[in-house]
Amino acid sequence: MNPQVTDLLNIAFLGFLVVIAIAVSYVKDLLYAAILLGAYSVTIALVWLLMSAPDLAITEAAAGIGMTTLMIAVISKIGRKVE
Amino acid sequence: MTDFVLKRMVALVLPFVQMLGLYVIFHGHLSPGGSFSGGIITGLSLIAFSLVFGLERGHEKISERLMGLIESFGALWYGAMGLVGVLRGTTFLMNKGAGVPLGEPGRLFSGGLILLITLGVGLKVASTMVTLFNALMEEEE
Repeated sequence: MNPQVTDLLNIAFLGFLVVIAIAVSYVKDLLYAAILLGAYSVTIALVWLLMSAPDLAITEAAAGIGMTTLMIAVISKIGRKVE
Repeated sequence: MTDFVLKRMVALVLPFVQMLGLYVIFHGHLSPGGSFSGGIITGLSLIAFSLVFGLERGHEKISERLMGLIESFGALWYGAMGLVGVLRGTTFLMNKGAGVPLGEPGRLFSGGLILLITLGVGLKVASTMVTLFNALMEEEE
């Protein structure tokens, strides 16, 4: 891929990561927070892929989805709104 | 938990997910991925079954006792594969120096003990994910 395109995609994805990380701390609903963390792990998997580390990308995607599933399982037990 | 479309879709997709998980485990020394990611994918397929069809049917498929046995077997298998090098008179986890046949590079059966070690770690990670999920879901009030 063209190096400039890779740089632009990197900047876009890393900026998106910062936005998601700030959004997770502001969201009141626990279910939305878990889903946002899933989006975070998928985005950082794309960043690993751009940095030519497909091994880390596979691990990050699988572990992120697994942790999100476990979090949603816990949230279904304790309720969505926790002050 | 009584959605017809959800149950049929999971029943269609699950065999392929498990196949992908085992593929990632077995090709850990040749392609991206490995025991950890493959084990998580295999464990997630069992978790998805328990989520959609209910915890009771998940326990009918693989009981908690069998899951604990698989988990212990994975850790013990890793130790046993490491002791092969010690028994041959070299250091722990020694592969080529212990006289293990390495095979042809690029084929599935190459790399000596790495394939067997990866299989043990994959079983351990998969059963740990399922045990974690069961422990979180069955917590009493």
